[in-house]
Amino acid sequence: MNVLTDNWSLYGRGFLGTVELTVYASLLALVLGFVMAAFRAAPVGSLRAFGTVWVTVLRNTPLTLLFFAVLLGLPRFGVVLPFTLFAVLALGCYTSAFVCEALRAGINTVPRGQGEAARSLGMSFTQTLGAVVLPQAFRSVIPPIGSTLIALAKNSAIAGAFSVTELLGTYKTLNELGYGIIWTFVWIALGYLIITLTISAVFTVLEKRWGVAR
Amino acid sequence: MAVDPLIELRDVNKYYGRLHVLKDVSLTVGRGEVVVVIGPSGSGKSTLCRAVNRLETIESGRITVGGRDLPEEGKALARLRTEVGMVFQSFNLFAHRTVLDNVSLAPVKVRRRSRADADRRSRELLDRVGLADQADKYPAQLSGGQQQRVAIARALAMDPEVLLFDEPTSALDPEMINEVLEVMRQLARDGMTMVVVTHEMGFARSAAHRVVFMADGRVIEDRAPEEFFTSPRSERARDFLSKILTH
Ligand SMILES: Nc1ncnc2c1ncn2[C@@H]1O[C@H](COP(=O)(O)OP(=O)(O)O)[C@@H](O)[C@H]1O
Ligand SMILES: [Mg+2]
Repeated sequence: MNVLTDNWSLYGRGFLGTVELTVYASLLALVLGFVMAAFRAAPVGSLRAFGTVWVTVLRNTPLTLLFFAVLLGLPRFGVVLPFTLFAVLALGCYTSAFVCEALRAGINTVPRGQGEAARSLGMSFTQTLGAVVLPQAFRSVIPPIGSTLIALAKNSAIAGAFSVTELLGTYKTLNELGYGIIWTFVWIALGYLIITLTISAVFTVLEKRWGVAR
Repeated sequence: MAVDPLIELRDVNKYYGRLHVLKDVSLTVGRGEVVVVIGPSGSGKSTLCRAVNRLETIESGRITVGGRDLPEEGKALARLRTEVGMVFQSFNLFAHRTVLDNVSLAPVKVRRRSRADADRRSRELLDRVGLADQADKYPAQLSGGQQQRVAIARALAMDPEVLLFDEPTSALDPEMINEVLEVMRQLARDGMTMVVVTHEMGFARSAAHRVVFMADGRVIEDRAPEEFFTSPRSERARDFLSKILTH
């Protein structure tokens, strides 16, 4: 029971590590996912192809493999970065593929005629997407993106295996200190729950907001 | 008429996969002219309309607007589309925007007008189509006829050189058809160049300068309305007219 109070700072660091990974990787995933979704809807063939390859490769590669590729692969090409940054890259890129597909599914719920009307008024591809299609896709896109980011928070545990400070990794140290495995994991689970429920809450608020806007 | 051609199609061919939907279509629309396109369902009327502002690409032939070839996808095409307004069968009003915003959106985004200027002009246009009092509603709160009139105001807000109408009254309940046709008649009287796909013969007779009859992706007849309706030359047209006249 006192495993938490005794090791407050260890937990704290692990918890903040996971929060940090989740926040930065989420931002990266949202930006990249957005860009890739725009690519995949673009009237330019080469962009569409790039987006398709990006999504196909990342969505179908095990995340652990991606971590290996980034953490062990990039340094071979002279790219040396802090482990945390590597982890953010791996998690963000991986998740961007799912964000992209959620956005695309949302875009597909908007009737074709909406985009056609905008284009026939002389609006550019970006204006059409930004002012007409995405605002209408947004509502249906919020819940799946929320789930995707919750999955990201949990997936961040893999980074612990690659010497990144994060929540799950704290169990090793605690185990060595002789604390019971059950309570250790209960507190760790609670930490994840705090993060995922926060994400859930944020997305519920977003959904309410945008639900009223129509 | 047709002294000053605004739209010209020369030997246009269009395929959807292996389906040949426009077959050597040639058509000229002069400035200020109102051309009605009629023909059986599936004859390629919508495709023809959509090809003129390049919502559909063509495989061969030439389409010019104001003497210039249709540009490739990009800035130049967007600029051309501001000159070629389009009104759709299903209205396609922006569902998440008010009526006023629907009309003002493109002037603000594309023409870079100030919101206040755009809104002032939008209200004038809404007044012209008889909807000044509906400006703050959302499209879903309007009847079909009202939505289509908003769509016309929205197209007019860009001051286009020509308006394309693809069956603008086909999705409407009968009692709403006339309010839309009346707006279109007024536009015709004001000298707007219009290409109108419609089966409304009253409109064709009263407002059109020419009727183009299409069947199976070809232009079969292209003549003055009265001539066409009273003495169609082709068997296809006679057959088609007998069908739409009997109900
Ligand atoms: N996007 C599309 N993909 C494949 N075939 C299409 C598409 N749009 C129309 N068609 C086909 O092309 C032909 C012409 O269609 P359309 O121009 O809509 O005719 P109309 O407007 O005269 O009824 C029809 O056979 C139709 O089924
Ligand atoms: Mg049609």
